[in-house]
Amino acid sequence: MSTAEQLKELTDRKYRYGFVTEIDEDRVPKGLSEEIVRLISAKKGEPQFMLDWRLRAYRHWLTLKEPEWANVHYPKIDYQDIVYYSAPKQKKQLGSMDEVDPELKRAFQKLGIPLEEQMRLAGVAVDAVFDSVSVATTYKKKLGDLGVVFCSFSDAVKEHPALVERWLGSVVPHTDNYFAALNAAVFSDGSFVYVPKGVRCPMELSTYFRINAKDTGQFERTLIVAEEGAYVSYLEGCTAPQRDENQLHAAVVELVALDGAHIKYSTVQNWYPGDAEGKGGIYNFVTKRGKAMHKAKISWTQVETGSAITWKYPSCILQGDDAVGEFYSVALTNNRQQADTGTKMIHIGRNTRSTIISKGISAGKGQNTYRGLVKMMKSAVGARNYSQCDSLLIGHECGAHTFPYIEVRNPTAKVEHEATTSKISEDQLFYCRQRGISEEDAVSMIVNGFAKQVLKELPMEFAVEAQKLLGMSLEGSVG
Amino acid sequence: MAAKNGNGGGDGALLRVEGIRARVGENEILKGVDLVVRPGEVHAIMGPNGSGKSTLAGVLAGREAFEVTGGRATFDGKDLLSLAPEARAAAGLFLGFQYPVEIPGVGNLYFLRTALNAVRRARGEEELDAMDFLALAKEKMKLVELDPAFGSRSVNEGFSGGEKKRNEVFQMAVLEPRLAILDEIDSGLDIDALRVVSRGVNALRRPDRSVLLVTHYKRLLEYIRADRVHVMAGGCIVRSGGPELADELERTGYAWAEGMKPEVSAAAEAGR
Repeated sequence: MSTAEQLKELTDRKYRYGFVTEIDEDRVPKGLSEEIVRLISAKKGEPQFMLDWRLRAYRHWLTLKEPEWANVHYPKIDYQDIVYYSAPKQKKQLGSMDEVDPELKRAFQKLGIPLEEQMRLAGVAVDAVFDSVSVATTYKKKLGDLGVVFCSFSDAVKEHPALVERWLGSVVPHTDNYFAALNAAVFSDGSFVYVPKGVRCPMELSTYFRINAKDTGQFERTLIVAEEGAYVSYLEGCTAPQRDENQLHAAVVELVALDGAHIKYSTVQNWYPGDAEGKGGIYNFVTKRGKAMHKAKISWTQVETGSAITWKYPSCILQGDDAVGEFYSVALTNNRQQADTGTKMIHIGRNTRSTIISKGISAGKGQNTYRGLVKMMKSAVGARNYSQCDSLLIGHECGAHTFPYIEVRNPTAKVEHEATTSKISEDQLFYCRQRGISEEDAVSMIVNGFAKQVLKELPMEFAVEAQKLLGMSLEGSVG
Repeated sequence: MAAKNGNGGGDGALLRVEGIRARVGENEILKGVDLVVRPGEVHAIMGPNGSGKSTLAGVLAGREAFEVTGGRATFDGKDLLSLAPEARAAAGLFLGFQYPVEIPGVGNLYFLRTALNAVRRARGEEELDAMDFLALAKEKMKLVELDPAFGSRSVNEGFSGGEKKRNEVFQMAVLEPRLAILDEIDSGLDIDALRVVSRGVNALRRPDRSVLLVTHYKRLLEYIRADRVHVMAGGCIVRSGGPELADELERTGYAWAEGMKPEVSAAAEAGR
């Protein structure tokens, strides 16, 4: 068999997390209207300020047009054909893991999520979001003793309404963009983290998202606030079951790092990418942004291997002097996957610094676009940016694109941009195989080597998972 | 030469090549090559540029760019050409590359351990754990005077020409092949590096390990003694002889070999 044929065979492998869990759902009728927004808010028993905010967002959304500038192509989405709220039915409040629906638990186990003993051993607190409502939250007490709040967004609205009201929309306002407005109107749940002044959160906080209900767009909202001098590392990981129809996911993540705070946000995204012909798969249209005040630091690390379409630009507003923003990304597209991803670094404060390391991997007929903005405002005296965008192509039918936007309004600011494009060469594969390494392992090794600079930024337990994921996705994509 | 060496080939040959023809695209490069290498022997294939030396090395290792259009090759009595490159490696065939390939971000020792364990797995042997491997690697690195820090650098990335070639011999030392085909292991080396590389290869000579040196220059043969020397021209082996043939080449150059028809080599004859 020729290399090309072998690559193709590897590329054709099936998604491994394709299954559906049967669970009673509580869902609202299809479509979007003011009535639906009110219904969602009522179902969640929200205070007036939340309803008002949602309605403002909805009304604003009506005035917006779906963006078309991204380098992705998909059939028009019918927003009236989407179910905007679905929650697993729960008969009573859950006091412990033992009470969790066994079907749910089995689903988590299939996904390899260590929710029970493994989780405790791993020392990871997991706020598991199944479809749209949190069903299990652990480690709450230990964190509570330090004053750290880590809970579902719904619980935060009930238990910490003042914090939510103060920070919600402060980084990504409901007017920000089409999908952010949509999210603000209909978001069903998500995670909330608050770390008090000077507290270093002692464990990685972690949330697994999973889309389960058929035809249900999922609208998560995450808000993380780190007070002065606080530190928190947050992990987000996702897998989704196989579906025939496209599913819209429009999440919003807001990070607030006050003076001297440090937020590290890591993502491994492995949603259903669609089949080899591009049928099905998740549309992942996400708005992620953080605001860093004086001497604060925000680090985004992402490994994006799933979804039919990825549209996301985790960004940093470096508002305070000496603030630091980092973006480390591996985005892999295989088969007919499309990704248009990158970051925005907005330098406002003096001596602000940002680093962008982007590694795009394209295989099959995948299309991978890096789109990044580095903006040095007039006030950004002495600001610096370093960007490195590397693309790796596997096979002959995929594409890599780089769109760096650079705006400099301060003459003392420095911006550096480097970009490379390379291919996994027949020579590299032959060299590995001549030493006894199978083609599949060789591809996986080469890709992991290519992505190493980013993978090493991930927390240890995630790095291993991410490495396997790259290999698996490239089995499903070459490598 | 001993017809029976008890090495599975039936006739004692580790490598037997008969009438191999191969092409790249429309170009026929090998036009019927015969060669027999027995265990423990060191053969040198010499010849002018474009004579097909490196193509022969690539064909034997399974490089896909070369299409074999005729002839056969056996390794230890088994059909070599039907094996995937990694299976040839597992069977004990090693190719030292003329241009070792860079693999950014993949550590040298990590790469080699993956290779060794893949080969061991294929042979039904137990894999080496990280500690045992490290001990083995450290010992073998001394052979070619490589600095231990070199193990964590990316495979061949930013290596000097000499380091790349020493790395090939280091890999050979760890993988312990039965047949090492060294494709222009001497090219681009200064005299000191050549000495180190040659010393490494010589130290790896064993009665059950054969070496096929592909080289343009006789200089290499002053450091590694060859039992047999073959001259390639126009895609065929046109002359074979003992080490003295190399001396003759040094005097006459390759001009005489151009356009020569292949002799029926003594080795191929012996196999009929």
